[in-house]
Amino acid sequence: MSKVRVLVGTRKGAFILESDGKRQKWDVSGPHFAGWELYHLKGSPADPNRLYASQTSGWFGQMIQRSNDGGKTWEAMDNKFVYDGVPGTHQWYDGKPHPWEFKRVWHLEPSLTDPDKVYAGVEDAALFHSTDGGKSWQELPGLRGHGTGPRWQPGAGGMCLHTILLDPSNHSRIYIAISAAGAFRSDDAGVTWKAINQGLRSEYIPDPTAEVGHCVHRIAQHKSRPNTLFMQKHWDVLRSDNAGDLWKEVNGNLPDDAGKRGFGFVIDVHAHEPETIYVVPIKSDSQHFPHDGKLRVYRSKTGGNEWEPLTKGLPQQDCYVNVLRDAMAIESLDSCGVYFGTTGGQVYASADAGDSWAPIVRDLPAVLSVEVQTLA
Amino acid sequence: MISVVLPAHLRTIAGVSGDVQLDVAPPVTQRSILDALEARYPVLRGTIRDHVTQERRAFVRFFACQEDLSHESPDAPLPDAVASGAEPFMIVGAIAGG
Repeated sequence: MSKVRVLVGTRKGAFILESDGKRQKWDVSGPHFAGWELYHLKGSPADPNRLYASQTSGWFGQMIQRSNDGGKTWEAMDNKFVYDGVPGTHQWYDGKPHPWEFKRVWHLEPSLTDPDKVYAGVEDAALFHSTDGGKSWQELPGLRGHGTGPRWQPGAGGMCLHTILLDPSNHSRIYIAISAAGAFRSDDAGVTWKAINQGLRSEYIPDPTAEVGHCVHRIAQHKSRPNTLFMQKHWDVLRSDNAGDLWKEVNGNLPDDAGKRGFGFVIDVHAHEPETIYVVPIKSDSQHFPHDGKLRVYRSKTGGNEWEPLTKGLPQQDCYVNVLRDAMAIESLDSCGVYFGTTGGQVYASADAGDSWAPIVRDLPAVLSVEVQTLA
Repeated sequence: MISVVLPAHLRTIAGVSGDVQLDVAPPVTQRSILDALEARYPVLRGTIRDHVTQERRAFVRFFACQEDLSHESPDAPLPDAVASGAEPFMIVGAIAGG
């Protein structure tokens, strides 16, 4: 029988949750790296027991951990992330030039085919990669060297590169997203990049349709339709059917929020239905908790615009947690499991594509990231 | 031998359970101690001082002989009591955060 392994990064350590294919009883291990912030953990699609983890601390900086046995043991890898050449400047919060400074790794994306190859999205925004299993890291400087780089500016959470999508049908194509610069695509394995923000409208920047400056929170893709992308932006859910060249809003009937719709952080796609997508609407601009104290996942089976709230098993009163951008994941068992974690320390699982939910754990530290592996 | 006290998180990272004893040739300075420490435990590189600038990380402090030496030059000789091993060189995580 297949097994499921959920990798949870929290403010105070990592946790690994494992179950059989029924997904009813769970074994919990952790905290791994107790007391450290685990921004992200992810397993290699080519070798599921090869895990990478970003371990970080305001005191002691960045560590990269690697496991070759599914998280039972870990080995510290190279933690030296040095920008290529003279780093230059981006914009600071006050609009003045500010030197690029490495702060932490937000996201690790292992290659689809090579367990030793992994990408790292970092703050201040840049893309690094390792081809030796994390023993050394090199920047792919073409992204930061994009002509718009000096105009990039941090969002409230920092100027982070938080999303990396590797196109399963075209190994030269990579998508990334940066808060608050926007989305970018490379068609030459990361050497050169194109800003792909046409169709985004952001009222919080002077030119709402500018080439860059959009606070993209997350992008998702279904492996069977690599040219179709779904985006959760700071306000608005959008889709593109031409690899990001043009986006259109698909907020539809998502909850009204003082005349706006579609704020949230996570977005993901059903494992077997490429037009079924999930978001968790969050009240904004500053509140960042669910509407009306009700934790609801919204599902669209039409690729957006028509949304249904999913509530069974989720708290429907007095719930004021957030669901952060890397904290939703999908596994590929036949019934499609959906998982998400909250800043209140709950990790919720649905074994029926979102129809019903139950918490795997309730009392972890604030959850920063959730990934899930389907194991043979 | 120089005695170095690490904060708990760095003891875990380095895989040590108590104080670290290091052979450091004179003159004994912050830099020479940290060079020797990182040579013995490469995993600590980048956790106490920046990889590139070699500057102390903002929330790490250096104490010895009841004094805060964090703002001293990394190349200034440390007190004789540290150089002789009578007093430890303490690397401390600042009280900050939650």
